Amino acid sequence: MSRDAGRLSLILLFTPFALWILLLIILPQIGIGYVSIREKVGINTYEYGFKNYVDFITEPVYRNTLLRTAWMSILVTALALVIGFPIAWYIAKIAKERSRAALFLMCLIPLWVSDLVRAYGWIVLLRETGVISMTLVKWGIISQPIEMLYNDMTVIIGLVYTVILFMIVPLVSTLQGMDDALLEAGYNLGGSRITVFRRIIAPYAMPGIVAGCIITFMLTAGSYLTPILLGGKNSSWFTEQIYNQFITRYNWESGSAFGVSLLVFTSFVVWAGLRLTGQSLATTVAKE
Amino acid sequence: MQGSAGLMWIYRGYVVAFFLYLVAPLVAAGVFAFNDSMFPSLPWNGFTWDWFFSPSEPKLGLFHDDRLLQGLGNSLYIGVIVAALSVAVGTCNAFLFVRKDFRFKNALYVLMVVPLVIPGVILGISILVLASTIAGLADQWFGVFLTSLRPGIPLVVMGQFSFLVTITSLVIIARLEKFDISLEEAALNLGASRTRTLLTVTLPFLFPAMFSAFVVAFLVSFENFNTTLFLVGSDSPLTITMYDRMVKAGSTPVLNATSVVLMIGSGLLALLSIFAQRPKKA
Repeated sequence: MSRDAGRLSLILLFTPFALWILLLIILPQIGIGYVSIREKVGINTYEYGFKNYVDFITEPVYRNTLLRTAWMSILVTALALVIGFPIAWYIAKIAKERSRAALFLMCLIPLWVSDLVRAYGWIVLLRETGVISMTLVKWGIISQPIEMLYNDMTVIIGLVYTVILFMIVPLVSTLQGMDDALLEAGYNLGGSRITVFRRIIAPYAMPGIVAGCIITFMLTAGSYLTPILLGGKNSSWFTEQIYNQFITRYNWESGSAFGVSLLVFTSFVVWAGLRLTGQSLATTVAKE
Repeated sequence: MQGSAGLMWIYRGYVVAFFLYLVAPLVAAGVFAFNDSMFPSLPWNGFTWDWFFSPSEPKLGLFHDDRLLQGLGNSLYIGVIVAALSVAVGTCNAFLFVRKDFRFKNALYVLMVVPLVIPGVILGISILVLASTIAGLADQWFGVFLTSLRPGIPLVVMGQFSFLVTITSLVIIARLEKFDISLEEAALNLGASRTRTLLTVTLPFLFPAMFSAFVVAFLVSFENFNTTLFLVGSDSPLTITMYDRMVKAGSTPVLNATSVVLMIGSGLLALLSIFAQRPKKA
């Protein structure tokens, strides 16, 4: 092939990529950055400055919502790891060849169903007239139906549910690559279960753990449906604040400042996670 | 694995409990579609198909509920367009990153992955802001109304496309990397033209990955909520229609019926994509 043809095909292949990244990713981010630093002072007249950010930091409601979202996202990520790890271990190491595939597939099933349907399922189960409450009444365990929706506990259960598969899938694929001989060697050399876990399994599984944690954290902090539907009007989730600014109050300037803050925050956590564990974005997140 | 039998049983019990947790809400959402009651809750009043097929209020069935059907139609329409576009660009990206060498390739590869770690809500608002700014400027300077840049189906397509390209690219790249380049050389040596080689050797090899990328993109588009929420106009897709009804009108079992249809539909599609990928491993 001649060099010119090579150049031409490079340009032809590069164009869609460049248009996509530029028009739909980079420019829009610059766009909200720009809108977030302006403030409307009259019809079509704006002043520029960081007032929106100052408002965001000085208004306790907004600041606390972000902190609350952050704290709960970290909690959900940790829970997903603790709950998911034994399951991933079971699928990767203990289950027999055939049931392994079936279990893995079962793990994926909820992934095919939208968040909305899943959250709706939880509502049907947990609300005052829902399945669990009514069954408990019928069995005489409780005398009055109880409302199990609209509290933090439920939001956490629902969030762990929505994201845990994104934790289990990378863990399974990492653990499957581990040679069982490593474990035997660990035990033969006199290591206890805890030592073997700490010195052999955990380091080996680290890429999977990091990938899982990053994806789960990201999805949790950016989720909208689950906290709103299960947490109700006072779920105080940060994405809800963004929605309120944009759609309800039509205040795009401060909504953009909120958006940028969330993006900076999640990017920082992802970056710190990668940094601390010596992984890179291309090798963890991109490895399906 | 060493360990006493007792511990092993506790472990098994935990795994079983986990899978119950996994299916419980899906079963709950599904079962009440068949309850002959106005509310998706106990008591069980007997089995009915009404929430699917009943033609009249108060138990208007899914297949007669125009708003839900409209939403379903919009979702299908958007899903097919977005998936086709994402697969097309994803395929270009695969050839670009696997076959070509150019400056800043690694940095650009990272840039390609980045949309996956931007929260969907942010993609939504950022595209909304940019599109409105452009539409506003066009109106102000040239007096042109660019309706397609106002919230509506075109914006929804752009919003979903923006991060789905990453997913389709990764799927197709993984497949293209396994391609044995000597097959192409053989075809060229036997006198095939570049185009013909591409059409008869390389693309057929890639096809399973392109197909499953299409299905994945379609499913993700179909269930997307976070990005879509900010970009919808008057024609909303099914997830938004259902959400509105859940929040505003209060839910009836017709939503359960819709959930059942969605579960069956996406389950079938997912199986289809698994089977399409299967020959690769064999």
